[in-house]
Amino acid sequence: MNKYKFVGKPIVRIDGREKVSGAAIYGDDIDFGPNLLYAEIVESTEAHAIIKSIDTSEAEKVEGVFKVFTGKDFPYKFGLYMKDRYIFAQDKVRFVGEQVAAVIGRTPQAAKKGAQLVKVEYKPLPVVTNQMDALKKDSVLLHPDLGEYPHVPWFFPKPKTNVAHWRKTRKGDLEKGFKEADLVFEDEYFVPRYAHCAIETHVAIGKYDLGGRLTVWSSSQSPHTQRHLFAEALAPMGLTHKDVRVIAPHVGGGFGGKAGVTMEIIPAALATKLKGYAVKLRWTRQQEFVNTYQRLGVVAKLKVGVKKDGTITALDHKIYWDAGAYVEYGANVVNAVGLSAIGPYRIPNVSIDSVCVYTNLPPGGAYRGFGYSEMLFGLESHMTQIAHKLGMDEVKFRLKNAIKEGDKTAYGADMNPNGLLECIEKVAKEIDWGKKIVSKDPKKAIGKGFSLFWKAPAMPPNASSSAFLKFNEDASINLIISGMDIGQGYQTVMAQIAAEVLSVPPSKIRVETPDTDRNPYEWQTVASHITWSSGNAVKKAAIDAKEQILALVERVFVIPKDQLYLEDEAVKCTTRKNFNLPLRDFVVNGIMTEDGTFKGGPINARGMFLPEFSSANSDPETSQGGHPNVHYTVGAGALILEVDKDTGKMHVIKAVEAIDAGQAINPDLIKGQITGGLLQGLATVLYEDMRYDEKGKLLNPNFTDYKIPTAMDVPDEIVPIIVEVPQPDGPFGARGIGEHTMLPAAPMIANAVEDAIGIRIKSMPFTAEKVAMAMLNLKNKKGK
Amino acid sequence: MAKIKFILNNEMRTVDVEPNETLLDVLRDKMGVKSPKCGCDRGDCGACAVMIDGKSVRSCLVFAIEVNGQEVTTLEGISQPKLTKLQEAFIQFNSFQCGYCAPGVIISATELLNNNPHPDLEEIKEALSGNLCRCTGYQPIFEAIMDVSRKRKK
Ligand code: FES
Ligand code: FES
Repeated sequence: MNKYKFVGKPIVRIDGREKVSGAAIYGDDIDFGPNLLYAEIVESTEAHAIIKSIDTSEAEKVEGVFKVFTGKDFPYKFGLYMKDRYIFAQDKVRFVGEQVAAVIGRTPQAAKKGAQLVKVEYKPLPVVTNQMDALKKDSVLLHPDLGEYPHVPWFFPKPKTNVAHWRKTRKGDLEKGFKEADLVFEDEYFVPRYAHCAIETHVAIGKYDLGGRLTVWSSSQSPHTQRHLFAEALAPMGLTHKDVRVIAPHVGGGFGGKAGVTMEIIPAALATKLKGYAVKLRWTRQQEFVNTYQRLGVVAKLKVGVKKDGTITALDHKIYWDAGAYVEYGANVVNAVGLSAIGPYRIPNVSIDSVCVYTNLPPGGAYRGFGYSEMLFGLESHMTQIAHKLGMDEVKFRLKNAIKEGDKTAYGADMNPNGLLECIEKVAKEIDWGKKIVSKDPKKAIGKGFSLFWKAPAMPPNASSSAFLKFNEDASINLIISGMDIGQGYQTVMAQIAAEVLSVPPSKIRVETPDTDRNPYEWQTVASHITWSSGNAVKKAAIDAKEQILALVERVFVIPKDQLYLEDEAVKCTTRKNFNLPLRDFVVNGIMTEDGTFKGGPINARGMFLPEFSSANSDPETSQGGHPNVHYTVGAGALILEVDKDTGKMHVIKAVEAIDAGQAINPDLIKGQITGGLLQGLATVLYEDMRYDEKGKLLNPNFTDYKIPTAMDVPDEIVPIIVEVPQPDGPFGARGIGEHTMLPAAPMIANAVEDAIGIRIKSMPFTAEKVAMAMLNLKNKKGK
Repeated sequence: MAKIKFILNNEMRTVDVEPNETLLDVLRDKMGVKSPKCGCDRGDCGACAVMIDGKSVRSCLVFAIEVNGQEVTTLEGISQPKLTKLQEAFIQFNSFQCGYCAPGVIISATELLNNNPHPDLEEIKEALSGNLCRCTGYQPIFEAIMDVSRKRKK
């Protein structure tokens, strides 16, 4: 039934060969020769303190130390959505691990030795590591100058408090909604912080050459955004965008952690003071944990009203985010969820408060799911609890309230076409919902958990993509684009889209990682928007190429264009059966005519995409009026969980996830996202457990103590289900799915634990210890 | 500084090393062999795995000086003169996403199949349990290994 030749096919990755042979070059693999300098960072040992003095004299004496820099050398601020961050701490530090100084060495060893000898004297300030404490009237303020920070117009900071942004969404009449309800149920949920744990740590190399141009090689999801932020932050030094170049090699995993700008600003800035040299900064695993972004922590208060028949009448959702010391990117996580915290439900009366709070912990920022995982843990736990209180099956309850095309979102826009009901039904069937499984082992209990999910790309309304496409003599193609293949298969999928339009197989299309000098603009590879947005740009570029080809053939052979089409790398004609002009005969060298002259020439095409319907303008008190989200991707998941009644140890026997991809461009890559994303999600609830001391120091910044899943931790069975309700403005109907695959994991586990052992746990993670303790408490209570 | 001599990917090489330099750093920075990756520098992730005399080791935990007189093989060596059946299977099954773990995973899986041509799923999991992959959920890696095993004559 597939109407396409290359779209919808499980084509192997076009970057597969270089990745399995060791040929793929990552940031740390690039050679810079013996003149390369190495930077080592002096990190704050305090979570909140005034910097009284920095003494670099001993460090400067170390053999092989080239130079030492401090905040004084770089009095510049930067930030994606709000400029609240500094290249180096200025007068104050705000988290343990913050960069205070840099020692530049001829060797990494010399730089390290020097860094150990930099003496920083601090005057400690009160420390606040919890968002609820930071909201109190008497809390210490992290940013007394908050009122002066530049930010995007859709942020609403509250000066003289720790509230960096407060997204309010109001719809209908909340009071009336709760009055109409037969049951009103309130509860509270807690989600801690998490780390991305890409296996490649951040690395960036800056070089300001003697000709006055700055090049940064960077392991990044966002080369163009980095160039823009570097150029903005370093503008006082006379640099303009054309003088700044970002080259992004292969990325060893991103998950949001390499979005925007974090540590890369350091070598970019250092380079400007080290003219003629390249300077490299690579994070250790420990630094990777502490000084990039972390996923934000959440305290969520939920109140939902329902009628006896299961209709949801009202939702009051208050979400307090521990956003860390700087929120230049993280505040947009808060914003995105503040618009979408109704989940994929039709709810007439809504109040959402999503509050971004500064704390003395590492900066929070983008992490796969962009806040929706955190929000859905509470919401989907709550929905199951309510269904149970109503005595209703939770899947039926979800089916009844699931949002449909044309229903209003919380901010008043129409919901896009979607296959949510189909996802729910397919998952319920695959997991045999309603059928209780009893373990043969009396020590084990088995439960099932269900969850819905949704997410929209969070991006400014003018986030755009563009593409260049050029033909080579043999009709192979270089597709020149600036999204990053962070593993999701972007390059392959873009090749498939161009292939479909041009009838050239993806194996004949080369896509390389970008260089901002040569590749056209792309906002960032984030938000799961790249298949949709960059895919649209690529499709337009391919159509542009096709138009050029057909126009040329029309001109030379005097065949009307509408009778011409592309097939099997050739131009063919509907009216002349044996007309067959291979592309390789003319796409570079043109077509020879009777008099020996040539017509045409190299086919070079372009395309761009910007969602012109999107707008962030809305009433700050209600969020009504704009169209901040381009569309939502929806889905459903369920799993079967086995719990050991003595130890609390849990094991996933089967997991099912259905996702509406609009049109799967490459079903095999979507399945890869589901198996990978699901495990990453399960890890946040079953294994990963970030521990801070009360002074804001992370106690487990390594893989020995912060456990990410190994090959031993994989569910016995994962069933991926792809649903396809086309996205009208997507390339061939496609929409993004990358982040979504991890969204339902935590609530599925929470709901399955309750189903298995009758205990509702409301705070993540669910370590075996926590589950065992909960069972013990229950036993003791029953015993009394 | 001490001069050491060892076979690296079928070629006798000599290099000057400090006694405290790891094999990972020497391979990458002094010998230009970049497939072993650094993911943790403390033995947790397996991205730096190489083979010494046919046995996989984490090169971040080995001092370079220790390999004097031995034979070291990295992914570059395995990929010559052409990709192995296992590598081809990893391509066919889209087994890697970002690919950063691939050099280490391929070393571990190659060692496994050398010692045990027909491993079961548990043996595969066991053999890979020291290689962290954050992207794939491991499933497509297992599938490729099982496919190679299946296609091998018993
Ligand atoms: S770098 Fe050697 S095990 Fe991680
Ligand atoms: S493919 Fe990215 S870590 Fe394994």
